[in-house]
Amino acid sequence: MNSLNDMLQFHQQALNVRGYRQQLLASNMANADTPNFKARDVDFNSALQGALARTSDTPETRNAGVLATTAPQHLSVVAGREVTPAGAALLYRSQMQGSVDGNTVDMDTERAQFADNAIHYETNLTLLNHQIKTMMAAIQG
Amino acid sequence: MSLFDIFNVAGSAMNAQAQRLNVVASNLANADSAVSANGGPYRAKQVVFNATPVGGDAAMGVNVAAVIDDPSPMKMVYDPKNPLADEKGYTTMPNVNVVEEMVNMISASRSYQTNVEMMNTTKTLLLKTLTLGQ
Repeated sequence: MNSLNDMLQFHQQALNVRGYRQQLLASNMANADTPNFKARDVDFNSALQGALARTSDTPETRNAGVLATTAPQHLSVVAGREVTPAGAALLYRSQMQGSVDGNTVDMDTERAQFADNAIHYETNLTLLNHQIKTMMAAIQG
Repeated sequence: MSLFDIFNVAGSAMNAQAQRLNVVASNLANADSAVSANGGPYRAKQVVFNATPVGGDAAMGVNVAAVIDDPSPMKMVYDPKNPLADEKGYTTMPNVNVVEEMVNMISASRSYQTNVEMMNTTKTLLLKTLTLGQ
């Protein structure tokens, strides 16, 4: 049971981080016309490393120093910086071309990243499907 | 599940853009309304967007914080035969900038389209996730 779990763990975490990033990119695009909105993103690599590291943690170490958030308006803060549920830092996108209303959403970047992230999500799903099929073949003979 | 929040995000953005389109329609329709409900000429309306958390942790949707009256000055048109003209012959006309409104309209409809596409992509991803292991 445990080895089955370990086998699917990587892709499960990768899908979670991809899903989370997709949501961030969707928020950026939705707020393309909101004054003073700052586009946000995560570094996928460090987010996945963080997510994989946390799965081996116990719930006590995972929540050490983390303030409980009980409403969506609450900021998640660990040692002074905002983090994602996966444990990676939530970053601000550096600006390509400034706009007078203080909005930093660059539609080209966001759309490209959104498409890229969607393809990667599907890739992860396909790989996970293949793994499951392999395991089914091993079980059924 | 974070992907489901995208529907809330895109939905709220579509609502906001639709309201912006509505305001643009109202402004363009009343570009020449010299008399409105309050007696004076029609004053252009503008929407104010505000990022608001919807559902989960990082999901930021859009809501319309306020619909404000455009503070720009009214257009003064020299038209002495107009019954509304003042003693110098000037009529106060609405402060609707037609070019600005057309730009607003295109921008709103493009943003609406983007959000629809975003929803479609998310729907595809979720449907694929549902078939996992089959």
